[in-house]
Amino acid sequence: MFDSLPLLSLVIWLPIIGGVVVLFASRGEVGLQRLLALAFSVATFLISILLYSGFDVATPQMQFTEFAAWIPSFNVNYSLGIDGFSMPLILLTTFFTVIVVIAGWEVIKKHVAQYMAAFLIMEGLMNGVFASLDSVLFYVFWEAMLIPMFLVIGIWGGQRRVYAAIKFFLYTFLGSVLLLVSILYLYFETGSFAILDFHAQSIGMTAQTLMFFAFLIAFAVKVPMWPVHTWLPDAHVEAPTGGSIILAAIMLKLGAYGFIRFLLPIVPDAAAEFDWLVITLSLIAIVYIALVALAQEDMKKLIAYSSIAHMGFVTLGLFVVFSIFRQTGDIAGAALGVEGAMVQMISHGFISGALFLCVGVMYDRMHSRRISDYGGVVNTMPVFAGFMVLFALANTGLPGTSGFVGEFMVILSAFQVSFWIAFLAALTLILGAAYTLWMVKRVIFGDVANDNVAKLNDVNSREFWLLAVLALAVILLGVWPAPLVDVMHSSVDHFLHHIVTSKL
Amino acid sequence: MTDFIAPDFQPAVAEIFLLTMACVVLLVDVYLPASKRGITYVLTQLSLLIGAYLTLSLPMTETVITFNGSYINDPMALVLKLFIYLVSFLAFLYARQYLVDRGIYRGEFYVLGLFAVLGMLVMVSAHSYLTIYLGLELLSLSLYAMVAFNRDSSLSAEAAMKYFVLGAIASGMLLYGMSMIYGATGTLDIGEIAAFIAANDSDSVVLKFGVVFLVVGIAFKLGAVPFHMWIPDVYQGAPTAVTLFISSAPKIAAFAMLMRILVDSAQGMHVHWQDMLIILAVLSIIVGNVVAIAQTNIKRMLGYSTIAHVGFLLLGVLAGTAEGYAASMFYAIVYAITTAAGFGLVILLSRAGYDAENISDFKGLNKRSPWFAFMVMIVMMSMAGVPPFVGFWAKLQVLQAVVSIELVWLAILAVLLSVVGAFYYLRIIKFTYFDDADEHVPEIAAPVDVKIALSFNSLLILALGIYPSSLMALCVASIAA
Repeated sequence: MFDSLPLLSLVIWLPIIGGVVVLFASRGEVGLQRLLALAFSVATFLISILLYSGFDVATPQMQFTEFAAWIPSFNVNYSLGIDGFSMPLILLTTFFTVIVVIAGWEVIKKHVAQYMAAFLIMEGLMNGVFASLDSVLFYVFWEAMLIPMFLVIGIWGGQRRVYAAIKFFLYTFLGSVLLLVSILYLYFETGSFAILDFHAQSIGMTAQTLMFFAFLIAFAVKVPMWPVHTWLPDAHVEAPTGGSIILAAIMLKLGAYGFIRFLLPIVPDAAAEFDWLVITLSLIAIVYIALVALAQEDMKKLIAYSSIAHMGFVTLGLFVVFSIFRQTGDIAGAALGVEGAMVQMISHGFISGALFLCVGVMYDRMHSRRISDYGGVVNTMPVFAGFMVLFALANTGLPGTSGFVGEFMVILSAFQVSFWIAFLAALTLILGAAYTLWMVKRVIFGDVANDNVAKLNDVNSREFWLLAVLALAVILLGVWPAPLVDVMHSSVDHFLHHIVTSKL
Repeated sequence: MTDFIAPDFQPAVAEIFLLTMACVVLLVDVYLPASKRGITYVLTQLSLLIGAYLTLSLPMTETVITFNGSYINDPMALVLKLFIYLVSFLAFLYARQYLVDRGIYRGEFYVLGLFAVLGMLVMVSAHSYLTIYLGLELLSLSLYAMVAFNRDSSLSAEAAMKYFVLGAIASGMLLYGMSMIYGATGTLDIGEIAAFIAANDSDSVVLKFGVVFLVVGIAFKLGAVPFHMWIPDVYQGAPTAVTLFISSAPKIAAFAMLMRILVDSAQGMHVHWQDMLIILAVLSIIVGNVVAIAQTNIKRMLGYSTIAHVGFLLLGVLAGTAEGYAASMFYAIVYAITTAAGFGLVILLSRAGYDAENISDFKGLNKRSPWFAFMVMIVMMSMAGVPPFVGFWAKLQVLQAVVSIELVWLAILAVLLSVVGAFYYLRIIKFTYFDDADEHVPEIAAPVDVKIALSFNSLLILALGIYPSSLMALCVASIAA
């Protein structure tokens, strides 16, 4: 019955229109604005459920495709479609927008309509990125998305919000413009802006190498990979809770998605040539950034650094496939790395989103994110402490939670290449446990540290349900990842066959 | 002796009408008491509207050459003229309250403005070097006077002086180049020059020298580095209403001049002027973007940003392809529309006895007026080249033009510097959205028509950004014709 609806356009435009509607309601009741925002985000989430239920897992082809000429004189089209890589990410986006709207319910007091509108518009734009099959359309969504996030950090952020917002914008803008030049070059080569045409184009090694680095910079900034990660801790610390959640849960995934959609399929030979570089950077991110996280005093900063380390697993899983294929010639073996990366992306989305929400819950009560201001929270907020500990354990990769599945798959695939790569990557299990649990120990456990902590109230029902839903997702994915992995299986297979074929 | 044949006046009917109206407005204004100055204003705007109507009523797709080969009406001219009318109309509209508030609401502004518009139209339709020069001087002289329009301001007088002296040098250069070309080819007719170059060796030294001087003259008028020195001072010194006018519509005319001289007449010399334009473009993009960062005066900053935009505009032309020319045409039009909105917003923040001069005047605009804060964001993001605003498409097209002739390094350089440029546009958004206003800032008190026009102007930037197709197709079609 829903087959005739342009579902992809709906998940893009419904929230954007919703955002505008909420903006125009800005003179009215705050309650109405919130309700409108909630209604639009829930509606979009439901549509994405329809997408999921209608998704054919057996084919790697693009599904739900839509096509319309947009700028004929420039050969730019409004071309949409999703495969097993984009489907889970769209679901994640629509899910977290609902979370963010509810999380900001009473917390955001100034410019409520603008806040809600920014997130709704951002949701539409991010879905647009995941659904675009035209590179210019992709780029338009990719860039436009920066604007609401820039405003979110700058208007509702903390003390150094202006610095963080501008740094965020300029870093990601810098990355994207190189993407733009590569897209233009590819257009010059293929005469088309369709991403799938780019995939089919054979390209010389020199051009591949140049484009590899352009793509690498563009997406590495977004992931972010060491050493272009420095905008992330600033952006995270200064952003309001909702901004941090979206940044960690979805925006970082866009970088990895770019690797999957652009870099690897378009310049596979250069990627195979320089995979050591990305693997090295990923390992640095995993080990060094974990050590940096250990030294943090600020909870948000700690989780931000932990995000960088965890995203290192994603890039590791994606780039390790070339070595696996070189050594074993086994595509199924390589699939483990890519699927591990995808699972890690989704799982990290849930876990980091949940952790930022936890910090937000505490911040709303104490107006501090300094670890040293807390201590013994479990005594006054037992329910909250339970959730926090669960998410922290998931963050360390505890088996039975989603955090375990992705990391385990990536480490396992790294093992096929080299013991040492796997060893270094597996260090995260120790280091991650160290910084996360140490933070939990200092914040949650022990005696009540001071009077402020003694006066804390436990979570209210709104916060409880938010955390409960996230906890459920984290555990469900941990014990039963099949619904997620099944969706991407044939796409991953297709993807690997594509990237191990030389395009020279 | 040949018989005199009356030329076909029809293609120039709009220009003739505007000339008449400029004289009428001048006369009417002389006999009007100061309190009835509104009549001058209405007459001027009406002239523009009727002029636009007359231009529109001409055949859209034909190329007509008249006045003994010195005047041309082709699709490109038609499109450019329509946008000149539009942008000038907006500029006069934004200017009115500003002039009233400062006690310089005089008829000369409109008379000079109309003559300037006429000059631009002539430039756009020139098919002879002589016509180009005529139009250019008519425009320039009007603008010099407009800069000095506020007689009590020494800053304006200084700016006008600078503008006049440098502008005269530029005209001299241009004239010198034209005379050399004339010497080499024996004609001033653009079509004949093109034919001569095509038929003969384009390596002639005189021709090459001529082209060098022509490029210098054009670069001066456009404000490309290293011939940009007048821009910041003139932009800052002129009354904001005049700056708005200078920075918008004349850029479209300057683009037309560039096209008529370099492309229509000297396409055969492309290899020679391409390198010069590359240097001009690179320097303009670098200097414009880098120096703009250091500015605290908004008009000066927008001046440097203009220089950077001119660099981008040159990228399309230097590609030497039809797509490149169309891209530059699109860029020129988009730039004029965007900059009109930009200065319009500066005027909006100004009020009687208070000129919004500094970037910090944007402080806390979001608190005072979320709507116009949003407009500021649209304009600045468009200038920075961020989608979904139309500035993005303008940049994309000129970059595509450079990539298509395999000057990838130039494209990379341009985009990297546009990141630098993004910084100062972001700073304005930062003041608008993130900072609180100072205590003493009064309410925004612009007349309703300005508010409506400004909203229309800014939303046009957004609308064209979401659906750039028709304007792009228009540019492509008019260049191809």
